Amino acid sequence: MSFLELNDLRVHFPTDDGLVKSVDGLTFKLERGKTLGIVGESGSGKSVTSLAILGLHKGGRAMISGEIWLDGEELVSASAEHVRTLRGKKMAMIFQDPLSAMHPYYTVGAQIVEAYRIHHHVSKAVARKHAIDMLGRVGIPQPERRIDSYPHEFSGGMRQRAMIAMALSCDPELLIADEPTTALDVTVQAQILDLMRDLQQEFNSALIIITHDLGVVAELSDDILVMYGGKCIEYGTAEDIFERPEHPYTWGLLGSMPRLDRARTERLMPIKGTPPSLINVPSGCAFHPRCAFEGRTGGKANTQVPELLETEGGHLVRCHLPREERRAIWENEIKPNLESV
Amino acid sequence: MSESPEPLLSVQGLEKHFPITKGLIKRQVGAVKAVDGLSFDVVKGETLGLVGESGCGKTTTGRLITRLLEPTGGKVVFEGRDITHMSQGALRPLRRDMQMIFQDPYSSLNPRHTVGAIVGAPFRIQGVKTEHGTKKAVQDILELVGLNPEHYNRYPHEFSGGQRQRIGIARTLALKPKLIIADEPVSALDVSIQAQVVNLLEDLQNELDLTYVVIAHDLSVVRHISDRVAVMYLGKIVEIADRQALYEAPMHPYTTALLSAVPVPDVKRRTERERIRLQGDVPSPLNPPSACRFHTRCWKAQEICKTVEPPLAELATGHQVACHFPENAPKDAVPGDAGTAVPA
Ligand SMILES: Nc1ncnc2c1ncn2[C@@H]1O[C@H](COP(=O)(O)OP(=O)(O)O)[C@@H](O)[C@H]1O
Ligand SMILES: Nc1ncnc2c1ncn2[C@@H]1O[C@H](COP(=O)(O)OP(=O)(O)O)[C@@H](O)[C@H]1O
Ligand code: SF4
Ligand code: SF4
Ligand SMILES: [Mg+2]
Ligand SMILES: [Mg+2]
Repeated sequence: MSFLELNDLRVHFPTDDGLVKSVDGLTFKLERGKTLGIVGESGSGKSVTSLAILGLHKGGRAMISGEIWLDGEELVSASAEHVRTLRGKKMAMIFQDPLSAMHPYYTVGAQIVEAYRIHHHVSKAVARKHAIDMLGRVGIPQPERRIDSYPHEFSGGMRQRAMIAMALSCDPELLIADEPTTALDVTVQAQILDLMRDLQQEFNSALIIITHDLGVVAELSDDILVMYGGKCIEYGTAEDIFERPEHPYTWGLLGSMPRLDRARTERLMPIKGTPPSLINVPSGCAFHPRCAFEGRTGGKANTQVPELLETEGGHLVRCHLPREERRAIWENEIKPNLESV
Repeated sequence: MSESPEPLLSVQGLEKHFPITKGLIKRQVGAVKAVDGLSFDVVKGETLGLVGESGCGKTTTGRLITRLLEPTGGKVVFEGRDITHMSQGALRPLRRDMQMIFQDPYSSLNPRHTVGAIVGAPFRIQGVKTEHGTKKAVQDILELVGLNPEHYNRYPHEFSGGQRQRIGIARTLALKPKLIIADEPVSALDVSIQAQVVNLLEDLQNELDLTYVVIAHDLSVVRHISDRVAVMYLGKIVEIADRQALYEAPMHPYTTALLSAVPVPDVKRRTERERIRLQGDVPSPLNPPSACRFHTRCWKAQEICKTVEPPLAELATGHQVACHFPENAPKDAVPGDAGTAVPA
């Protein structure tokens, strides 16, 4: 069994407007030392997935089914109490907005010290020394002085580093970073991505990086999971997803994105329409109202939900188009347009 | 581009220093030099991209040009007329010609007004008569930006983010402006929707002969949509050039660093990419570093960079840079010797 395994995870929220199927049958595996990138547009269920793994929906109105196995322990059926003890020690999270994750009235140091002492029975002095160490490790200058600053006294980039220090202070084996650089400027984003890459190698933890930015996932990920409407629609190695993607939605994302590493294309190729509501998910293939190839699936697109099937070597695709046709479309109709001058 | 006709917009030494006051009597104790001496021209039909990290003064620049803010120095010249200190009354007819698109499609539309009222407001405010009535004119514009004209009576909350941005664009188009300043027009949108709006802006430019100043922090989007690009750092332009020159042979170290920081989805080359990593964050515009403001983060900085401010000098045709030790500069170019170093 892998270090982390999700099996048909479903997270549904009953609301006044109807049942929101935020995550609807998600399955994947992740080993220690590996990085999984989860990409998708807003509302595709990325954050709800990460909160489910951390057990943060427990006690709320979410209806959860399926399995989450972390190092041999099943977490969906585990008590909230038990999952709380795993949080911080075994798994930790880095959020987009460090201010919302940190307490404004306590110094950064006090928060790391407290987090550390929950799981380690050491004196305050020892924990403080550890906190200074961690702040130094994440590149905060003069950590012995900055440890007594309040979160608002840090710049955005420094705050994000402090949160990473806090998340890593207990040496978690699973780290989930949800849009960790979305609020940062590009030069600071680059620093943080470098930092995460280095720390992950050093700690050999499993890392899940969640983002809407394909460039960011490409920088860090071994494997990539593309989400649409609460489901995985394509999964594969970073090479699979960027070099030989087979799902029309993935093609659409790539065509929408201007790229600095290629000659400038005359025109972007957007996906038509807008992402679906998760209350009234379109019938059949949830992507069919926006799909340029919907007409080629012989009327199945809006009646039958396509299964997530292996196309080759662990590369999974959820689409009714036959494999050979998908490959031909990518080679002849999509790829040339992405590379034009 | 044709040989410089009179520019549509000319910005000369533009400044905005926000006073910082203290105490009851509001004694001024300092100033945020948000925009500190910008000069550039925009010719008719082109798109000028304005990039830089947050806080470098992009939004303030847009608001100064459209006179939503009063400059504390310098000039804004539109179609040859100095509008820097024109009264709001005198400005009114000009407001038709110069419009602004804002980043946030949620807060920039009044939630209690219908789409028809929002897009039609400029007609009423300006007292413009239309041939077949305002409603027909508004519906034509809705169609132009890819919205359903039948949605005339709907409210903003009934639309998605991308559609709201289209409403924002429709509103600016109502009076057939000449110049549109778009402040981060796509940064709040999902990537598939971003592309729709970028294409829309390009189509409208071709169809309506528009001139754009597009403000954005996303360097890939800016390359895609701009003809020329200006890079800002702490209230100043550090480099301005044609798109291709700027992206393929940047001269300012800050531009090089910005470009190198953009994550690209090329997994084959991710390990071999040469990276330049800047240290630290952008300093505060309250106390900007002396002389070259980039010297605290620049890997090429020398003593002179801390004492002598490098002027924005034209080191190749149409390529201006403010740096003592530029990259990719022609051999005979003399940095810092403003104006005289233009090769024939
Ligand atoms: N507590 C909740 N109650 C009801 N709906 C929710 C709740 N949390 C998230 N959702 C909905 O679930 C969907 C997925 O949300 P999320 O996982 O946050 O998306 P993202 O991919 O942008 O991170 C959205 O439609 C969101 O509105
Ligand atoms: N009304 C204001 N009063 C004081 N400072 C301001 C005001 N508006 C903007 N600033 C400051 O001016 C600088 C430039 O801001 P802005 O133009 O919004 O930058 P950008 O759009 O590039 O992110 C920032 O440091 C900002 O805090
Ligand atoms: S199943 Fe049909 S509609 Fe869905 S992605 Fe494949 S081709 Fe498009
Ligand atoms: S003037 Fe000096 S510090 Fe400024 S960018 Fe050029 S080399 Fe760097
Ligand atoms: Mg999210
Ligand atoms: Mg701004």
